[in-house]
Order: sequence, then structure tokens, then C-alpha cells
Amino acid sequence: MSVTTLTLDEVSHILTRASFLEAEDPLERAKRLAKRKIALLFYESSTRTRTSFELAAKGLGSDTTLVSSLSSSIEKGETLKDTGLTLRALGAEAIILRHPNSGSPWLLEQETRLPVLNAGDGMHEHPSQALLDLRTMLNHLRPGVTQVGPETLAGVTVTIVGDILHSRVARSNMLLLPRLGARVILCGPPPLLPDVAVDAGPGIEVERDFERALAQSTVVMMLRIQAERLAGLQLDLEEYKTAYQLNGERLAKFAPTALVLHPGPIIRGLEITPEVADGPQSLILEQVHHGVAIRMALVERALTQKGGQA
Amino acid sequence: MSTLLIRGGHLIDPAAGVDGLKDIVLKDGRVVEVAAPGKAKQAEGAEVIDATGLTVAPGLVDIHVHLREPGQGHKETIATGTAAAAAGGFTAVAAMPNTTPTNDSPEITRWMQAPERGSSVRVFPIGAATRALKGEVLNDYAALKAAGVVAVTDDGHPILKDNIMREVLAQATRNGLSVIQHAEDTRMTQGASMNAGATAFRLGLRGMPPEAEYGLVERDIRLVTELVHAGATKAGHQPHLHVAHTSTAQAVAAVRQARRNGLRVTCEVAPHHFLLTEEHVGCYSTHAKMNPPLRSAADRDAMIQGILDGVVDAIATDHAPHAAQEKEVEFERAPNGITGLETALGLSLRWLHHEWKMPLGRVLSLLSAQPAALLNLKGRGTLAVGSFADVVIFDPKQEWTYQVRDSKSKSRNTPFDGWTMQGKVKWTISEGRVVYRG
Repeated sequence: MSVTTLTLDEVSHILTRASFLEAEDPLERAKRLAKRKIALLFYESSTRTRTSFELAAKGLGSDTTLVSSLSSSIEKGETLKDTGLTLRALGAEAIILRHPNSGSPWLLEQETRLPVLNAGDGMHEHPSQALLDLRTMLNHLRPGVTQVGPETLAGVTVTIVGDILHSRVARSNMLLLPRLGARVILCGPPPLLPDVAVDAGPGIEVERDFERALAQSTVVMMLRIQAERLAGLQLDLEEYKTAYQLNGERLAKFAPTALVLHPGPIIRGLEITPEVADGPQSLILEQVHHGVAIRMALVERALTQKGGQA
Repeated sequence: MSTLLIRGGHLIDPAAGVDGLKDIVLKDGRVVEVAAPGKAKQAEGAEVIDATGLTVAPGLVDIHVHLREPGQGHKETIATGTAAAAAGGFTAVAAMPNTTPTNDSPEITRWMQAPERGSSVRVFPIGAATRALKGEVLNDYAALKAAGVVAVTDDGHPILKDNIMREVLAQATRNGLSVIQHAEDTRMTQGASMNAGATAFRLGLRGMPPEAEYGLVERDIRLVTELVHAGATKAGHQPHLHVAHTSTAQAVAAVRQARRNGLRVTCEVAPHHFLLTEEHVGCYSTHAKMNPPLRSAADRDAMIQGILDGVVDAIATDHAPHAAQEKEVEFERAPNGITGLETALGLSLRWLHHEWKMPLGRVLSLLSAQPAALLNLKGRGTLAVGSFADVVIFDPKQEWTYQVRDSKSKSRNTPFDGWTMQGKVKWTISEGRVVYRG
């Protein structure tokens, strides 16, 4: 549901299982959740999250079914509650939900009493993304580490840049990483990053100057401007690019060794230039790759413990 | 109508300055005698209610309820809403005009008050200030008043245009009506579903900034000031602006200042705004979604302070029933509001009186005498001889637990299910009739 509901022990368990399942023989792995039924309920479009959850669930042997808002009774006005109850009646044992409204996984869990995996809810959270981001960072900064604690990322500064206000990825990361000892710097213009963001949790700072933030960064996480959630907000994109675009020159000058992350989809030439996205510091495709392992661990966890949630 | 003797109770009637053991005789819907214990002269043949050990007070008055009729009977009807009122000790409720259709006319006003509605307690309709609550064309206030309307408002659809609000205030003043404003600059609250701030940011919800409320309160006070300077009071009536459900410290401060400046500006606070904060949204509970939203702890404390120091004129519930299926949806899509008629007294007694040591008489005054005076409901909010026989009799010491499944309301949307209350209503009497027996 939210990274805040996961203890560090549970995070460690997920990371450990992700590595184990990733390395396991695929035929053995496919027996773990053989013929278990998992529904993917997607009210928003998705490439990475949907595909990797689906591959993860299938990799463990389960049967999956995809219900998306455009090809189902949701179009006819069926509520989330009724759609969830319908999926349960069809035998679904867990539901992976992506939804445009913040908090909808709680509603679905409350009404169906099934384990619900949050694949992104509105502007709220995207916990599995934060976990795969963590795995990506650990892979480079703390190779081999899967047991995490409050000091694991001590000395690491992660800067999240851009449209923080509308980003569920930003929220999940800013609420998770400081608990492992990382410093999180949020960077963006006031309309996309309100001052109150620093009070969202401990260990969060705001730095409006991108270059000053870059100079302190071990990891730079770039975000897309979510045009679909701007709600009438007018933004001068040229001005934005001047101040916040991650281009080769900036990266070389202020953060020549930083890891570059982006949850995707990337808009080349807006928040990030192609040379950076495709460059040697970019881990964007590695993030995508880690998604499958992390989501295998999450799906397994949801179906093998009572009321599993993440 | 039969005669009723309420015997042995402790009468608290703040408006009449009574606080002691008294017997009361009710006859033909009126109070005919208030006497020392055992001394009533007009009690012959009366039916007796033994109120020994209980508090007897004027029936409570709620000047802000949504009874949903006409048109939204799946949420509440006048019959069920007023049954809930009676269970909560209320004997008079002022009903908001955001019905379907909106209460723009004498016909609807009379329809709401007709005996066929099966009301348990007296309903005072509040008229729509503008046609269909659109904030454009004023309704006919003289006709509405003649039909029984006690105030005008566009509740839920605040009047943003200065020129329209100015005209509403002027026309209402001319007709001796109060103007109630739901203060929310809706240009600042598009798509928002809770209080703006760190909690909303963390939950990924768009927030309603406090200035959307107090900014409009300040604007309205400015318009009242201008009206007074323009000599509107010469016609005999003073403009009366009543700010509905204040929820921000700055709005209460603005009302305080306006009063110091001699203006007739009043305000009410709902129990949820003096008890709960934005943290109660928790895991997106739609029972913590209302408008104005639950605010910060500092705002909540300012509501308590305003009540204790007297700036707040009334406790009003903003009773807003919604059907279960309407609230069992995504937080951002759920309608605003909670029910409140059955919990207002129990919460006020438990917290304002018991925890924060406000004298019982003052708590009761905020729930009866003051709101009745505010909307000029003659003969209500007091049990002086000649007043309406509107009485609540309760056990001030008894603790009890609110169980929403037992609610008389048609809806169940309350955050107070399972809360401990204080002061159990034993009888509610509306114009001489027992309408609730607890």
C-alpha cells in the first residue's frame, strides 16, 4: 500500500527474496504460485509496471488476468468496490491495482478483503518502484547487500528532480530512503514542489537550485512533468528546461560520478537529454530490469502471508 | 393537547437565567408554568415525567442541517432527519436549501414545513440566496420570508462575485433576514479534497488552503462594513452576516475583529472542527471528508478557544447525510459531509464541559439559546413561561457509546461511531409532544 507500512526487516526480506527468485531455475520458480489467480486491475495506462508485474506473477507460475478501465464494465460505471468483488468472485486471490485516485488500494482492500498490491495510486505512492529503485542503488553503491538497516545508505544523497507534487514515485522514495540513512533532496520550482514537502517526513530537504543540488548528489532521480495531472497549472517549458533539465554539460560539471535514475516514461529533450538518458551514468534500463525481481518478491509475499500488503 | 408536568429535574435555562431544581408545566404546546419543586399550580391532571436526577433544558437548536428533501430521499428525508434530531435532543433545525430542486420558492419552503413530511421537530427552512444557488440572480426574499424562511444562503456554493454578495446582503437586510455564507473561495479549491498542508502532500491529495476560507470571510466583512457605512441600518435592520462552519483560526479572528468594530457578524463551529484534525483522514477515510475540511491542530485549538472565549455564537452540526454507496468510493470522488445530529450534545458535553470545563449552562446556550437568537427564532431556546414547549431532558453524568447502526438517520456516514459520549438524552419534547424517549 505504502512504503511507510513496510518495516526495514520486511524491506530486507523483499530484497533477499528478489535476488533468490531472480537466480532460481525458472521451472522450479514457476511451481511457487502454480495456478494461483492474480488480477491486474489497471485504471491508468502503464508499460513498465504492468508488464513487469505480469511477468513477475507468471514467472511464479500464477495465472493472471488484466482488467483495464477501457475494455471493461468500468466504462459502464461500475465502481471500484463492485469491480473488486467481481474479481474476487472470479477467484482472484490478490489484486494488483493502478488507479488515478490516491488511497484507492485501501478502499479495494477494505471492500474485498483480498491482498492488494499498490501499482501506483494517484499522486500518492508507487511502493514497488521505490523498492526497485532501492535495489538499483544498492547494486551500485552497496553491491551484494540485501539486508538493510538505518545506516545502510549513510553518506548517500539522493536528489529527486522535477514534478514532485504530482509524483507518486517521489513520495515513495522520499518516505523510504531516509529510513535507510540517505539524505533526500527535493529539487524543482515552487508550482511543482511546494514548501510543505519538507514536512512529509524526516530526512527531506528542499533545494531549488538544481546545480547546487547536483553537486551534492550520489544519485539523481529525474521525473517527468505529468501533464495529465497539472490541473490547469501553466508552466513555461523552456524556462523549466533552462533551470532543471539534466543535460550532458550539467552532469559532467556538477555530478560526474552520480548515478542517474528515472522511473520512466522519459520525455527525451524535456527533463533529460538523450545523451544523458543513453549515457554511461544512466541506470534507467537497469531500473526496469530490477522491476521483475522486486515484483516477484512482492507477489509471492502477498500470496503467502495473511493480509499481505505492500 | 394534554398537560405535561416535568417534575424533580434540574432546570438549566441560560436565556432566562435559571439554574436550579424546578418543576415545569407544559400545556397546548407552550410552557405555562415554571415553579419550585412541588409548587406547580397548573399541573392538575397532568401526565408526569419524573426528571429526578436529570437535567432539563430548552430543546436544542441546530441552525445548519441538510435534510435532503425535496429530491434526495435516498440520503435522508425530513422524517428521518428530524427523528435523528429528536434523538439528539434537538427540537428545531434550520434546513439548508441545496435540495433538488433548490429551495428558491415559497412553494418549496411550505412543502418542507407541511405536516405530510412527518417531521418530529420544527423545521425552519433556509432559502437559497440566489436562483438555483448559481450566484447570479437573487431570489424574492420578501416572498420567501413570508413563507417561513429564516435566513438565506447559497450554502456549499459560496457567492464569489462582490456585486452579487453586496446585493444579497442589502436585500436580506431590507427584509430582516440573516445571510449565511459558506466561506470558500472555490477558485482556490478546485479538485481539492482535504486541508492543504504536509498531510495532504504526503497523501497525494490536493489541498484546500485556509485562505480560501478566511479570505472570503474577510471579503464578506468588508462588504458588510460598506453596507453599514452606506446607511443601510437606517431602514431599521442591521445587516447580519453569519459565517457557517468556521474551521480556520484566521476566520474566527476576522469575526472577532468585526464584532469589535460593532458589526453584526456571527459564526458557528461544528463538533468535528473542534474535535478532529486533518490527521483523521488516516487511510483515506471518507468519513473524515467534509467541507470545510478537517484542519490543522492549531486551527482545531483555535475553534476550542473561540468557543471558550465566546466569539463563537453557536455549535451547529452541518448534518450532511450521504448514502453508503456514495461514501464507499475513492476519497477524492466521495461527497463531502458527515451526519451530526445524534452526536452533537454527547460530544459537546464530554469535551467542552467535562474535559475543558466549560460550564454546562454555556454549552447548552451554544446549542440552544444563542443559535435561536441568532436566527431570531422567537420562543425557542428558552423555557420561560410562554415559550414553545421544546424540552430536552438528559442525564448529564451518564456515559454512553454512540452506535451508528442504531441511528435514526437514513445514512451512516459518521466518524464518531463507537465514540464515548456524555449526557444521555432521556426525553425530547417538541411543542409539548414527546418525540423521543431514550
